[in-house]
Amino acid sequence: MTTASVFDAAGPAGDDHAAGLRRDQWRERMGLASLAAPALLLVTVTMLVPVGWLFGLSFLDDNGALSLEHYRRMLAEPSYGRTFRTTFEISFVTTLICILLGYPLAYFLSQLPRRAANLCMIAVLLPFWTSLLVRTYAWLVLLQRSGLINTWGMKLGLWSEPLQLVHNMGGTLIGMVHIMLPFMVLPLYGTMRAIDRNLLRAAASLGSTPVHGFWTVFFPLSLPGLAAGASLVFVLCLGFYVTPAMLGGGKVTMVSNRIANDIELFFNWGAASALGVVLLVITLVVLMLAARLSRGAGLFGAGH
Amino acid sequence: MRLAGDHERPRDAAAFAPSSATALPITVRRLSKAYGAVPVLDEIDLDVRPGEFLTLLGPSGSGKTTLLMAIAGFLRPDKGSIRFGEREVVRLAPHKREIGMVFQNYALFPHMDVARNVGFPLRLRRVPAAEAARRVEAALEMFQLGGFGGRRIDQLSGGQRQRVALARAIVFEPRIILMDEPLSALDKQLRERMQIELRQLHERLGTTTVYVTHDQREALTMSDRVAILDRGRIARIDTPRAIYDDPGSRFVAEFIGESSFLDVAVADGVARAAGSTIRAGNLPTRQGCCTMVLRPERLHLLGPGEGEGMNCFDGRVTGAVYQGDTLLLQAVLSGGSPVALRLTTRGGEGPPPAPGTPVRIGIAVSDTVLLPDEAQGAP
Repeated sequence: MTTASVFDAAGPAGDDHAAGLRRDQWRERMGLASLAAPALLLVTVTMLVPVGWLFGLSFLDDNGALSLEHYRRMLAEPSYGRTFRTTFEISFVTTLICILLGYPLAYFLSQLPRRAANLCMIAVLLPFWTSLLVRTYAWLVLLQRSGLINTWGMKLGLWSEPLQLVHNMGGTLIGMVHIMLPFMVLPLYGTMRAIDRNLLRAAASLGSTPVHGFWTVFFPLSLPGLAAGASLVFVLCLGFYVTPAMLGGGKVTMVSNRIANDIELFFNWGAASALGVVLLVITLVVLMLAARLSRGAGLFGAGH
Repeated sequence: MRLAGDHERPRDAAAFAPSSATALPITVRRLSKAYGAVPVLDEIDLDVRPGEFLTLLGPSGSGKTTLLMAIAGFLRPDKGSIRFGEREVVRLAPHKREIGMVFQNYALFPHMDVARNVGFPLRLRRVPAAEAARRVEAALEMFQLGGFGGRRIDQLSGGQRQRVALARAIVFEPRIILMDEPLSALDKQLRERMQIELRQLHERLGTTTVYVTHDQREALTMSDRVAILDRGRIARIDTPRAIYDDPGSRFVAEFIGESSFLDVAVADGVARAAGSTIRAGNLPTRQGCCTMVLRPERLHLLGPGEGEGMNCFDGRVTGAVYQGDTLLLQAVLSGGSPVALRLTTRGGEGPPPAPGTPVRIGIAVSDTVLLPDEAQGAP
């Protein structure tokens, strides 16, 4: 077969193959999109369907009739308000402590040579490799009345009575911060790594002290990472269950604990669903605000 | 509004009076820095004269950037002294050194607009807002960026960013300017235009300038003097012409310009290379050998009867490359040494000599440069 006959087979002279090329492109796109199909199916079955079902349940009263009873009760009973307030308080304080601990840590890591930083990052990520339950129980072992900290503290004569370190707000916060910290450090570290070191050198050569250079150059450029980390931690905190249940000792009731109670103790799926829906809506609002905030920060440029 | 890139060059010289009267010399003494056992700076002595444009040139790893960073204060040397004028600065923090610095990747603050970038050093020096605004605009004007103050950095082209970086580095009238390969990210045409602009800027401001590059042509184009670094030491420091005409060592000859090398044997006061007797200004009197530098553009293709006042060699053409303005002719001499000739092309020439054609190649005695044999010391 000669080359000429290959050209002949492609179509009559003057055909620019536009239709065929378009079809090829469409086929390629569909092929690529089909790779997402299994994940899409999974999300539909495990997320959208149950959430939609709960959403529906929240609008039914105990007799199965359409009503806003669960939402009305949420507004009427002050205990619900307290639960939401506790949830927001804990989420907010946890996020704040994570920022205070995580920002310097991420800064330190970002200034290390890459190899050393990777090693340190393993230390940051180590907790991810052990089960959440194990870690929370470990805190219980450390913090309880006859735990390690109280035993040693009293032996050393630092205090005489066992301190109430756990089964309260403080214990819950300690556990939650420990679990959430990596979620703060990771996005911060990524953003900080991307900040060109020459920017700080340039600031110094122009006459700015290291502290001034940090606040005028480094900190503004790290804000997108801070917004990402903070919103991630805050949203994860809103729906947290295990740690407040175990370290809060029943005194710290977050929304998720309340949902569990509604279902396990009162078999009230409608009330639980309504709580879930409200929590979901609040979470979405927070995420939207955070996205807008970080986009605003991104406007001022987050590297190139 | 004037557009950046306009060829007309407004000179807002009133705002930037030449400061050569106050230009500072830089004195570096026995400056050393090692990473582990590897020395990057090896007892460097360097004098930058007041108002001079000095280029540090060298291959990567030669220590040129390290030296610049030490002068800027971003790198702590192991020992040695750096003085700006009379002032010892080796332990002074970078922000106290009053240096205008231009970085390879511009290092503009992406979260500030052009005016805030250029005004940054003025705000730090508490210059009143109105005066600062005037000086920022004057600096921008000088780089054909008048009216660009409100632009975001990511709206600028590479050349414009480079100009903003320059404006920012000079707006506070530093007495020393350091530049770390500032043009390497620009395309060739823009780079060549900026070389000339930078040179003109320097002539106007008269600020002592240390410039780092690995591009020898850039170094030759812009500098008053060039310091060539080799493995943490200064191999040669002199004017571009002096270095080009008499490299003094094989390393420098190889690094600056293109050259072929020819082994020269000296016996009884007669030097011979590739079958010919060599005449040269600095012919060694002792027995031994040295190396002859053959710059491609200084070699001539000789016709019959030509070659008066030249060292002549017989050879054979091995190839020719047409490059538009020049014809690069490759040949081997009778001893087997390869040489290259760069011949200026003219209209109406015939085709280049075919491979295998015997040719006579000549170099003027005054262009003949001999390098000392490095194993044996001076010729």
